[in-house]
Amino acid sequence: MKDILRAIGNVFFKMPLGFVVTLKHLFKKPVTLEYPKKKKPMAPRYKGQHYLERYDDGTERCVCCGLCAAACPSDCIYMEPDENEKGERFAKVYEINQIRCIYCGFCEEACPEEAIFLGQEYEFSSADINSFVKTKDQMLVAHPRKENPFKKLLRKARKVYGTVDK
Amino acid sequence: MFEIILFATVKVIVVVAAVLTGCAYSTLLERKVVGHMQHRIGPNTAGPFGLLTPIADAVKLIFKEEIVPSNVEKLTYLLAPMISFVPALLTFAVVPFGKDNNFFGRDVALVLSDLNVGVLFVFAVTSLGIYGIVLAGWSSGSKYSMMGAVRSSAQMISYEVGYGLSIIGVIIIANTLSLSELVTIQTGPLWGTFSFLPNWFIFSQPLGFLIFLTCAIAETNRAPFDMPEAESELVAGYHTEYSSMKFSMFFIAEYANMIAVSAVGTTLFLGGWDGPFLDSLPMLSVVYFVIKVFLFMFFYIWLRATFPRFRYDQLMAFGWKVLFPLALLNTLITAFVVIL
Repeated sequence: MKDILRAIGNVFFKMPLGFVVTLKHLFKKPVTLEYPKKKKPMAPRYKGQHYLERYDDGTERCVCCGLCAAACPSDCIYMEPDENEKGERFAKVYEINQIRCIYCGFCEEACPEEAIFLGQEYEFSSADINSFVKTKDQMLVAHPRKENPFKKLLRKARKVYGTVDK
Repeated sequence: MFEIILFATVKVIVVVAAVLTGCAYSTLLERKVVGHMQHRIGPNTAGPFGLLTPIADAVKLIFKEEIVPSNVEKLTYLLAPMISFVPALLTFAVVPFGKDNNFFGRDVALVLSDLNVGVLFVFAVTSLGIYGIVLAGWSSGSKYSMMGAVRSSAQMISYEVGYGLSIIGVIIIANTLSLSELVTIQTGPLWGTFSFLPNWFIFSQPLGFLIFLTCAIAETNRAPFDMPEAESELVAGYHTEYSSMKFSMFFIAEYANMIAVSAVGTTLFLGGWDGPFLDSLPMLSVVYFVIKVFLFMFFYIWLRATFPRFRYDQLMAFGWKVLFPLALLNTLITAFVVIL
């Protein structure tokens, strides 16, 4: 008798509550993303693949001072300096070993020329271990540059979070 | 003579095709609805809105390797999927799916066979499906399958009683066992007096309907009573050792059983093909029938997404201590009222 009363109580008072919950969720937007097709926008200060900036006229910002390599805790930056015909220093070789890199962003903070940044790209898996050593050609932004969407985000982020302006 | 055979053949082909398509697309419906209830998207890759998913699944299953494990009872192992598949389809032989209609100057009853003991036939045939499950579990030679089969038989014993008794009330009121006559009785206003409600047995037998609904879920081994195939405990239950088409026969049988039970529930309690505007457009009755069966199916899926699986002893206790006495009570009250 107790069982019967409890069952009747459940049918009329408790089970409808459960049904309402699932029905509500039926009409909500799914939280899952179809990943390779749609990507989640990363946070503005997300630290992903590095890139090297240029001045507006196209010359490279990096002067190969070596501060980023000195700041790097995992010692993954390698560079060789050179001088051009005007006597300005630039990096002849600039390599970042992505497997060593811990994406801490110290290089970005150390850079006095605002040359290196950590971008938003995070899909860098590869079957070839040598491809993880990124060379300067791979990291330098194109010139004439396409509007770099990450730069805009970065500017916004700086406004919000307030980075020291150099 | 030839015409009768032709009409019968066409009806059989249409019904079987419709049921099998229904099975295929109820899998898609289930995956979509459960997916959205869990904040997922569900299958959407094959075709627009994933509409070709069932076809892709079928093709995949056909091309899978047929694996027969070494320690099975071969004959029973091969027979079991068919034993559970055929009864699932047999139910539709007696379910009326539309009002009598005029095709090419000939009155055609939209029911494959108007058996005068239709209800009895349905209940006999749906119970046969359990044999397929039990034999599959026993012949597989696997502990998971065996436990699934044992659970299935125990579940059937606890539920079949309530299942059978739940419809006695309907039969007492209708005084017939033919499903076509049951539908005809349900047309018209409720008890001949309330014109705003149809005379469906859900209104005169609400308790019987609830018991039927619960037992039907247990009968078809669906969540929350899916003990025989509890994934978390028994891998896949009775069909653990089956692959390829043999597995898909169990799969189709499960969904065909769901549709069959929905169709029977619709016929017994929701007025079958009954609905408004049937005098001017008799073909609308088929649409009403399909809609009602769909609602039943949706309820099944909704239930699965809502409630967790019962524990084994809870299920037995529920069957014997709650549903059985309630069904008896329902029968008693109905009989009493009818005598008055």
